[in-house]
Amino acid sequence: MTDAAQDNGQMLAADGKPLKSSLNRALRRQKLRALALIAPLLIFVLITFIAPIADMLFRSVENQIVSDTLPRTTEALADWDGDTGEIPSPEVFKALYTDMFIAQERKLHTRLGSRLNYELTGISSLFRKSGRRVEDMGEVYQDQFEDLNDFWKDSETWNALMGSDAWLAEQAAWDETSDSRQPQFELREEIEGLLPQTAATFEIFADFVQNDDEDNLANEDPWALVYSALYDDLIVEPDISGYAGPGSAELLEAMAAVRSFETVDYPAAFEEVDEDWHSIPVWQTIQTYSPDFTSGYFLNSVDMKKSPDGPVIRPEDEQIYIKLFIRTLFMSLVITGSCILLGYPVAWLLANLPARTANLLMILVLLPFWTSLLVRTSAWKVMLQQQGVVNDTLVWLGLVADDSRLALINNQTGTIIAMTHILLPFMILPLYSVMKTIPPSYLRAAKSLGATNWTAFWRVYFPQSVPGIGAGSILVFILAIGYYITPELVGGTTGTFISNRIAYHISSSLNWGLAAALGAILLALVLALYWAYDKIVGIDNVKLGG
Amino acid sequence: MKLTKTLLASTALTVASGMAFADGHMASEMTIVSWGGAYSNSQQKAYHDPYMEKTGINIINDESSPEGVAKMRAQAEAGNITWDLVDLEAADAIRVCDEGLAMEIDHDEVLAPAPDGTPASEDFGDMIVSDCFIPQIVFSTTFGYRTDQVADGVEPPKGACDVFDLETYPGKRGLNKQPIANLEWALLCDGVAYEDVYDVLETEEGQDRAFAKLDTIKDQTIFWSSAAEAIQLLADGEVFMSSTYNGRLFSAIEEQGQPIGMAWDWQMFDLDGWVVPADLPEDRLARVMDYLYFATDTQRLADQAKYISYGPARASSAPLVSTHAELGIDMAPHMPTEPSNAENTFVNNYTWWADYRDDLDSKFQAWLTQ
Repeated sequence: MTDAAQDNGQMLAADGKPLKSSLNRALRRQKLRALALIAPLLIFVLITFIAPIADMLFRSVENQIVSDTLPRTTEALADWDGDTGEIPSPEVFKALYTDMFIAQERKLHTRLGSRLNYELTGISSLFRKSGRRVEDMGEVYQDQFEDLNDFWKDSETWNALMGSDAWLAEQAAWDETSDSRQPQFELREEIEGLLPQTAATFEIFADFVQNDDEDNLANEDPWALVYSALYDDLIVEPDISGYAGPGSAELLEAMAAVRSFETVDYPAAFEEVDEDWHSIPVWQTIQTYSPDFTSGYFLNSVDMKKSPDGPVIRPEDEQIYIKLFIRTLFMSLVITGSCILLGYPVAWLLANLPARTANLLMILVLLPFWTSLLVRTSAWKVMLQQQGVVNDTLVWLGLVADDSRLALINNQTGTIIAMTHILLPFMILPLYSVMKTIPPSYLRAAKSLGATNWTAFWRVYFPQSVPGIGAGSILVFILAIGYYITPELVGGTTGTFISNRIAYHISSSLNWGLAAALGAILLALVLALYWAYDKIVGIDNVKLGG
Repeated sequence: MKLTKTLLASTALTVASGMAFADGHMASEMTIVSWGGAYSNSQQKAYHDPYMEKTGINIINDESSPEGVAKMRAQAEAGNITWDLVDLEAADAIRVCDEGLAMEIDHDEVLAPAPDGTPASEDFGDMIVSDCFIPQIVFSTTFGYRTDQVADGVEPPKGACDVFDLETYPGKRGLNKQPIANLEWALLCDGVAYEDVYDVLETEEGQDRAFAKLDTIKDQTIFWSSAAEAIQLLADGEVFMSSTYNGRLFSAIEEQGQPIGMAWDWQMFDLDGWVVPADLPEDRLARVMDYLYFATDTQRLADQAKYISYGPARASSAPLVSTHAELGIDMAPHMPTEPSNAENTFVNNYTWWADYRDDLDSKFQAWLTQ
């Protein structure tokens, strides 16, 4: 044993392995067991709490919707410079036509309009209007092709031209009334090389008909967009002489004819829909928000906005968030302060009364906890409104004239009164449990040494109760800063918090990105304050009891 | 070993039952979303109760229509549609239809024809403002005032423009926490001609003008977010006058005997009706369609007018409107379309609002916070 132990300077266990590693192994097993025990809770918290919050916060930078809905436009727009004062080139408008056409078929354009409207008001209506009109824009080509040859009118001949032979055979064999799925469209190979744009658009069209609308491709006439793509393909005169498949004669005929076709001037067509398409800020907004990730939401939540020349401050009548953050912090501080003022004497009474009376009082303190929050808030409405209990009493006592009743609700006062009441127990309980541990003999000792009542309280009792104040204040302040339902009900327009704004963006305007950014800032703010508190007061000085 | 088995079995059971309920829809349930209060009550009595009696299907009421569009978007995004049928205003119905959140409907195929055989699309006529929209009622947003708070010798308020007259009618006002109707009234009462209101409101200056007019009464105004809240404010005497829907005012005045009077001038006509959320599973869709066929026929629409003073959307229902079901009073004088009430009326331009709602909503909310 001793030989072994000194073998290479290591202690060995009875089984001859190094003591250190067996010890480690034993410890590791213990740790794993402990981890397994808490695993259900940990996984539960991760899945139901941390993950959704992280997902929600991620939305504050996410911005794929622009490049997903307008992929061609954003690409074409990348080189454009708005500072020159010129609107984008016709190619960009052409791309916009294609993107807009597909987006309105998929009904995605209004969603993107709402998204960009957060940045520049007016875009939502612009997109809605354009979505309604874009279908007619390319019809010029459709009509000309159809006038040229009936071949272009029919969905069947289109399918024969575009579809692969294998798919056409499958499609012919498919029984529409049966439950089996429609065979997925497959492109004829030669066509892809000859008419690249037509092929790409037709594939999108076929995919949409088959998978989104779940209709039979054989009965659906192609979009006007397909015709304008065909025009674009043919006008450059591709070499189609080698092609001998279906429709080769018609293609040759069409290629000869397109040169004399009436064309569509896309920039003018869009201007006709709405002159805003020729306004630089609209295009700058689209360009600025093309990347997949954006700092725009965070800038918005501090009253700034992205511009081509970097972040700028919003005009004064659009600034609200900084004001709301300050208001939220200020009112939370006032509420915390009034909770201390009201809660301290109650906690002192509780801690110093005989047990039976103290228990009764304690039940009174806890009673509001067992009442629904909504009931308590609504009760305050009844109490505080102009024709309410408080005002009626004051008028009856003659303290207030009947025609100048106090405005106690639907403003800041209402929020502060109601929230102080609702959060009071969170102040009293930690105070009480700290005061309970201060021996009464200290006060008696101070007095017997000649201190006045005040000095004994201020120099001896109060310093010992500070940890309770600290704990209560943190609880109340952090709860207050994120409070939502009470300010919403009694706060009117001047007594609402930033959380009401977050709720508005979550449930009404559906600007979840901005809501997430505001939430993230609020979270960071609370953490920063907690950190500052720890630095100044020291978190060790916080006690929730004994 | 045995314990493990029992544990496993009970876990499996819990998970299975959890999944059964997670869908939220038992085989014989339907969630219908509406506006709550007196309006939901009239639907309950005219549509839901007879339908439940007839079929045994249980109808669950959800009073979320004020946030209807937002929640439909959220449900579609989450891929979990929990609503079966939603009651929305016309402008909102157009919006959800544009965004593909609601199902397009062939009105003649889905809805019952009039008793004389007129197809539904003709019976509803112009009221079908969108392919997704099944009209139910014509309602108006108008003003109610406290009769006991009108000073002696002062003529009681007549309509929307009196809300801006703080001198003659001091006291708090109640307005909807939404731009619709408020902005139009502001412009009308600022001297803009009726025909020009929407043209003016389309411009930046016009919007600023409307907000400036609203600014004059902002600190005297309590903004309500549900119609029931507006009635509560009036009933408590918290506000002197408030905008709200005429049927709610009718119920407060006639059914509850509140000292409230109607101020009809420049009442705003609007439509309300059903939309079916897109992508409902087939079994639920079949149930909804069966309900719709029943609840929107001529008799049922006329029945609703027995409980609330909204005009039925079918032409064929109008002659069937009679007296209030419980009070026995004639309903016609309380209808927004009654000539003496309709001296000056305003028709909500739904399509205009569908386009400009997002823009003006965000402006209005920012204005509220300023």
